Amino acid sequence: MKPAKFDYVSPSTVDAAIEALVASKGEGKVLAGGQSLLPLLNFRMARPSVLVDLNRIEGLSYIEDRTDRIAIGALTRHRDLEHSPLVAARLPVMSAAMRHVAHLAIRNRGTIGGSLSHADPAAELPMLAVFYDAEISIRGPNGLRTVPADDFFVDALTNCLEPDEIVIEVEFPVLDHDAWAFEEVARRFGDFALASIALSVRRTEDRLEDARIAVMGVADTPLRLRGAEQELVALAPAARLPEVFAEIVASKVSPNDDLHASGEYRTHLLKELSKRALRTALEAGGKAA
Amino acid sequence: MISISLKVNGERHDIPDVEPRMLLSDLLRDRLGLTGTHVGCEHGVCGACTVHVNGDSVRSCLMLAVQADGADILTVEGLGSPEDLNLLQSQFREHHGLQCGFCTPGMLMTGEDMLRKYPLATDEDIREGLSGNLCRCTGYQNIVAAIRSAAAMRSEKKP
Repeated sequence: MKPAKFDYVSPSTVDAAIEALVASKGEGKVLAGGQSLLPLLNFRMARPSVLVDLNRIEGLSYIEDRTDRIAIGALTRHRDLEHSPLVAARLPVMSAAMRHVAHLAIRNRGTIGGSLSHADPAAELPMLAVFYDAEISIRGPNGLRTVPADDFFVDALTNCLEPDEIVIEVEFPVLDHDAWAFEEVARRFGDFALASIALSVRRTEDRLEDARIAVMGVADTPLRLRGAEQELVALAPAARLPEVFAEIVASKVSPNDDLHASGEYRTHLLKELSKRALRTALEAGGKAA
Repeated sequence: MISISLKVNGERHDIPDVEPRMLLSDLLRDRLGLTGTHVGCEHGVCGACTVHVNGDSVRSCLMLAVQADGADILTVEGLGSPEDLNLLQSQFREHHGLQCGFCTPGMLMTGEDMLRKYPLATDEDIREGLSGNLCRCTGYQNIVAAIRSAAAMRSEKKP
């Protein structure tokens, strides 16, 4: 349970970090909060030749108001998102989801850039990135590129990052919505989700003008359910029932069986969480889970 | 090999020849002799190795010792002494919040961080905060009671 040998560098700029990654010829690994990487190192499931530690780079930890978007630096800790009044006011679904992210000591170290780069299909931040249609800024030897969250996540634990690229910022568009809900079931509080749904809507009296839906734990990546969004908006008010919504959401996914839960059970959970989410968003006037 | 210097429980240490792969938990135990920090799972599940780094609770098995260069670290040895237990330690004794004691250093360090950061208005809040620390003896009831009591005494003390 000790890591295999590696070299360690802690550059003070992103450019120097990228140089170190290029020099490692694909054998290097970026270290941010380390809350997913260190277990892999301790188990020797990852054996990088060099660890490039980003923690000494200034200016990568911030939560910035850009009017219609909130920009979050890659080294921002989960704890900072959890306690940020700006996030609570402008990205309420994220704010509600953060307390589900692992445990206190993990949130004190873990970073948003690290969570997205690790790309666990049942982790909250990748799901939130997909839910909000976030733009992920990536730096590499060829400069800066920006990738929408939908294109960033390719498969379980797999994203579109090249070995010498680093996530440096994530921009979350603010939703012009007035009601929302976040629901999750995990085997133990703070564990990875067995199933989860994020829902946000804009209402005008009886009309649903817009809806946003994302789910996780039910596929190899978090999913934004655009089809379900349209179907929910199109429902007549009398048909806008939790049971109807649950069937719409469930029809978009087909989770596999795994060690933690059967696909059937995950679908069952997702339906129940969908009902709760719609009730919260429509009846309770929209607030946290 | 890398030389680092850090503060542990208020005392400065200059430590030469640290291998990059050495975990902070092993540095504390093997190089500094602070064996109060317990090592259970070594992959961030059990919480026994929790210490504070610059004021925040952190799993010391998920941090490299070289990353702690320049850091201010608090371990369970820094909370209080057998003659002078701190508030949370005294409540663990009062409420019988431990049996074998293996998880206790992690429970205390997590509890300290919770007491500083969260209102802990309900037992559910306390249980959420403790969700990353495993105990195989107590069934958690007395640990929750100890933290509940410390939280109440903490707010009584405030003006």
